[in-house]
Amino acid sequence: MTFDLLLEVKDLHTYFELEEGTLKAVNGLSFAIKKNRTLGIVGESGCGKSVTAQSIMRIIPRKNSRLRGQILLHHDSGAVDIAQLDEDGDQMRDLRGREIAMIFQEPMTAFSPVHTVGNQIMEALFVHGETDKRAARERTITLLDEVGIPAPERRIDDYPFQLSGGMRQRSMIAMAIILNPRLLIADEPTTALDVTIQAQILRLMKRLQRENGMAIMFITHDLGVIANMADDVAVMYLGKIVEYGAARQIFKDPKHPYTKGLMRSIPKFGATEGVHLATIKGTVPVPLDPPDACPFASRCSEFIPGRCDAAMPEAVTVAPGHSVNCVLYE
Amino acid sequence: MSFSKYLLQRLLYAFLVLIAISFLIFMIVQLPRGDAVDRIVNARQAQGDIITEEEEAALRAQYGLDKPIYVQYLIWATQFARGNMGHSMLGIPVSKLIDERIAATVMLSVISLIATYAIAVPIGIYSATNQYSLGDYFWTFVGFIGLATPNFLLALILLFLFHKFFGLSIGGLYSPGVEEQPWSLAKALDLLNHLWIPIIVIVTAHTAGTIRTMRATLLDELGQQYVITARAKGVRYRRLLFKYPVRLALNPVVNSIGYILPRLISGQTIVAIVLNLPTLGPLLFSALLAEDVELAASILMIQSILAVIGVILGDVILSLYDPRIRMEKGVT
Repeated sequence: MTFDLLLEVKDLHTYFELEEGTLKAVNGLSFAIKKNRTLGIVGESGCGKSVTAQSIMRIIPRKNSRLRGQILLHHDSGAVDIAQLDEDGDQMRDLRGREIAMIFQEPMTAFSPVHTVGNQIMEALFVHGETDKRAARERTITLLDEVGIPAPERRIDDYPFQLSGGMRQRSMIAMAIILNPRLLIADEPTTALDVTIQAQILRLMKRLQRENGMAIMFITHDLGVIANMADDVAVMYLGKIVEYGAARQIFKDPKHPYTKGLMRSIPKFGATEGVHLATIKGTVPVPLDPPDACPFASRCSEFIPGRCDAAMPEAVTVAPGHSVNCVLYE
Repeated sequence: MSFSKYLLQRLLYAFLVLIAISFLIFMIVQLPRGDAVDRIVNARQAQGDIITEEEEAALRAQYGLDKPIYVQYLIWATQFARGNMGHSMLGIPVSKLIDERIAATVMLSVISLIATYAIAVPIGIYSATNQYSLGDYFWTFVGFIGLATPNFLLALILLFLFHKFFGLSIGGLYSPGVEEQPWSLAKALDLLNHLWIPIIVIVTAHTAGTIRTMRATLLDELGQQYVITARAKGVRYRRLLFKYPVRLALNPVVNSIGYILPRLISGQTIVAIVLNLPTLGPLLFSALLAEDVELAASILMIQSILAVIGVILGDVILSLYDPRIRMEKGVT
């Protein structure tokens, strides 16, 4: 059902040229996001989740970056390849905020501390053509109310440091959805919050998705959150997707040794005392000039010499809609 | 707390600080051996007069020097507070000597401060947004040359160059004979003609620091998350730059008013002497050489007052500028 496609990422590479070599933060990524659905991207710190999000927004802060591949944003009338746009050009700026919006992990630092939240939320409207200040203010107050901020007509003039972490994240969500974007990228939106606040924010995002029909790309390292939020899941490791499928399939029947390792490392309720939580040995390597091989080879317990380190495994379909990049299934 | 209440509180603190300073100044002025009566006695003895012990004691009583030191201090302090700064050894009321010089000092300091920021802030922004470019290195180089060159030397060099190549005498704030004239456009232009040399000299010494501050803090702010947030909203880079990171990076610069202004007011003595500027510095210098204690004490006190005003000004501007500081102090 291609008409349901919203965003298609094809063979995306984002490299950083450093003095020490080429840092391949995103290394050949392909996935698709459908309308009204949530794609969860899960992986450890440093696996390239955030760089993927920033690549789609074209807001990579480093000047020494290189982007290759296609990022197709589908419209009824056709598709735009975001990867081909000038990142400082008007066309890209017009897409940001209006078509694709983003919420960030740290709601404290994501707002400027010396401007009111209202000022920063309304800016999204003004940047995209709103000229009526009264209308912008009305709209912002309504939206703050919608995301669950009490006394929004007063809170709109508060500075970020006057709001609690949860309130700030609600304001951030309000700022992101004020223009009814078709895709919302959420980069670890609940990581910095208390568990109770986390649950509230997740519920809020689900409700907004139901009401606005937007697609969500949900980036997190928290499998519990993914289980709660995502329809589809992409497991990322070292700039590559190693397993992709419907959330139910991935959780019920993980295939890739890395995904299995992740699942084993979730603490289980009622687990026997004294039993250590399983961990994946080693740490995520730095993808500096990585070899053309399975990225997980160096830490995999089922490593097969001569095969895993010979080439990057192709995607193997193990069930309808469920694919895994691992030689064990070839 | 309202803003006026905050200001009132600051002024009260400033008043207390000034009382402490005045006490210190008075004590230091008393330190040298002998007093004003000794000087008078010596002077008259030098002329051949014979002064008895009784006459000397009478003189002491007349000047109040026979009283305990804290009474003397109270008398001096109340007199000063009433604007009566005593008499210089030249026999002229101190206030008359000082009045014009206060105006010149304040004018020169404030203009130098504004000029410093007007030059340093744009260069700092350029250097941060074009880090490690040729321009960045160029301005860093120029800044450090300015910082490393002694002020008085630069003043001497400029004096020499202008005399040699343009036949101009650039000392002072006015051309000869102009100062006494009433204010007019011609006088103002003449002032401007003289003002820019000392300003160049003072500004070269202070811009380097401000450029470095601006560059470093802006680089820091440019890497902040809120910059990415604003970009993600689709804000144009240039607009974003000035609305968010520059605004925040200016914070320490605004803060520096509080210490640069007092330094400008009480410093610059040597430059003022070289350039023959009618500011407080040279007068204090000559008063100290002549052991003219009342004049010296009054100048020190005036400088302290101006410096404290500078600090308050810096604080008030900063609290108006940054809501975090404003709210923390409960000022709304």
